[in-house]
Amino acid sequence: MSAHLPVLLIVVPLLAAPLAALVRHPRGSWVVALGASWWALGVSIALLMRVLADGTISYEIGGWAAPWGIEYRIDVANAFVLLIVSGIGAVVTPYARVSVEREVEAARIPLFHTAFILCLTGLLGIAVTGDVFNVFVFLEISSLSAYALIALGQDRRALTSAYQYLVMGSVGATFIVIGIGLLYVMTGTLNMADLAVRLPEVAATRTIPVAFAFLTVGICLKLALFPLHLWLPNAYTFAPSSVTAFIASTATKVAVYMLLRFFFTVFGAAFSFDVMQLDMVLMPLALVAIVSMSLVAIYQQNAKRLLAYSSLAQIGYMILGISLASVTGVTAGILHLFNHALMKGALFMTLGCVMYRVGSVRVEAMAGLGKTMPWTMAAFVIGGLSLIGVPLTVGFVSKWYLVLAALEQGLWPLAVVVLLGSLLAVMYVWKVVEVAYFQPPPDGDPPAEAPLSLLVPTWALVVANLYFGIDAKLTAGVAMRAAEALLGVGQ
Amino acid sequence: MDDRVILRVGAKFLIPFILLFALYVQFHGDYGPGGGFQAGVIFAAAFVLYALVYGLPNAERAMPPRVVYICSALGVVIYAGVGVVTLLKGANFLDYGVLAHDPEHGQHYGILFVELGVLTTVFGVMVTVFYAFAGRGRKDG
Repeated sequence: MSAHLPVLLIVVPLLAAPLAALVRHPRGSWVVALGASWWALGVSIALLMRVLADGTISYEIGGWAAPWGIEYRIDVANAFVLLIVSGIGAVVTPYARVSVEREVEAARIPLFHTAFILCLTGLLGIAVTGDVFNVFVFLEISSLSAYALIALGQDRRALTSAYQYLVMGSVGATFIVIGIGLLYVMTGTLNMADLAVRLPEVAATRTIPVAFAFLTVGICLKLALFPLHLWLPNAYTFAPSSVTAFIASTATKVAVYMLLRFFFTVFGAAFSFDVMQLDMVLMPLALVAIVSMSLVAIYQQNAKRLLAYSSLAQIGYMILGISLASVTGVTAGILHLFNHALMKGALFMTLGCVMYRVGSVRVEAMAGLGKTMPWTMAAFVIGGLSLIGVPLTVGFVSKWYLVLAALEQGLWPLAVVVLLGSLLAVMYVWKVVEVAYFQPPPDGDPPAEAPLSLLVPTWALVVANLYFGIDAKLTAGVAMRAAEALLGVGQ
Repeated sequence: MDDRVILRVGAKFLIPFILLFALYVQFHGDYGPGGGFQAGVIFAAAFVLYALVYGLPNAERAMPPRVVYICSALGVVIYAGVGVVTLLKGANFLDYGVLAHDPEHGQHYGILFVELGVLTTVFGVMVTVFYAFAGRGRKDG
């Protein structure tokens, strides 16, 4: 049984998705989704512990040996990503029941849960597989279900933003599959480990740099790196609250993982950074993303859109860490994957609570909520502090490693930009906090505090923000080992 | 369309052969071109033709949307279910060899069942998409 855990991680949610559709009852489908997401979390924890103890796990689908068949290959890096995705999934699903009943019409709720589990399956699949074409297949599973989830938003604009995401996401996926196809033509293999062995022989051809370029652009579209980010703010703003919380903390993270996997494992750090000079592209874009997207966030009137732009800036931090191509830099990038998932998950979930009681997440609609919904707004404040990077929160830990990585290479201007980003984060977080705490609530019935079924999952993530901010040994240690595994040093 | 006798008779004549051809493509999939996806599309095409000639309400009576919905979910269950059976028999996921005494027969059965799952889901989704577009603007949406 335990030998089959890598595939059971995928198969159980994959089977749960059609079952949730067949149950066809809002509550029943939710129970199926809950079971699947908690199962995924349990298996991810078991896999991470096994990888940390015994090293890389390999599983042959269909019993076909590795370079020919599809291989699931789990090392520290993807075990950590699996934990992030399944952890957020396991927290958002209990939250989704009440939130979705309010925001999605009853007839569509079973299909909502179906799409939600499919999205989870796809994201887990991207992380678990060691086969590049399988990555593409799971990418399509997660993307198509994400488009459907976003389109279920209450606002009519949800449809157009899902369509916009569909077009941009399909362009990204097409670029990725073109890149994979070119690699396959040149090497005759789709297995990542096998590709890594065979690519150096043909690296001097013109095809491989073209494949590299297609993959870079395709993946950067998926992870919404500036200037390929235009689909993201609308998609996050108009999606149902629980979808925003889930997708914001997992989908772009998994895309960053794909970037890491392709550039460090498949192409190798030497080819990506010395020959192709990827850092010359990624670093300036990351810096522009941090500054410009934070500035744009300050001017937003909708709190969800504000956080969406903040997410774009935070993606800049991850890419900045990765573009340093050192163990500390990649550690900072991976650590921020985890930490940003915690803070954005918590923040978007508090906005879901506000949506549930107030019916709007525009900043001015949040006046006086500090008094009327104290627990919700307290969660927002802690999440915001984490976003800024105040000590004792996870945000501080990732910024610490990022600054450390920049100074290690003597690039102190980068450290300045990171700190400037924090300063801008203070401004956009304050914008919401000021309205919520220092403006009187509007006349009429004050909104009640959000129900416990929303508050408990939200606070679970808030506590995680604090816990992993104080005791970063686990996360930073695993992130460091993941970075070492990707860069092929240490061990 | 009551007056278009040629269309109605022609469609009535063609539909059984389209369905049969879909099954041929399905079962021939492991020897030649074809397989579950193509078969599912052809199978769905028969119902699309029926709906075009005899109207959507008749088609929905012949193939109720509820059944189509169940089909689109059931196919995935069949596909993954074959994998689960191989797991229960002690082999890796989708290792068809253990499905029969002779591994070669096992591979054969495995592929057939998996393709049946593909056919079911593709058929279900194709007809669902057609019903969704054809039913647009009608009162019950």
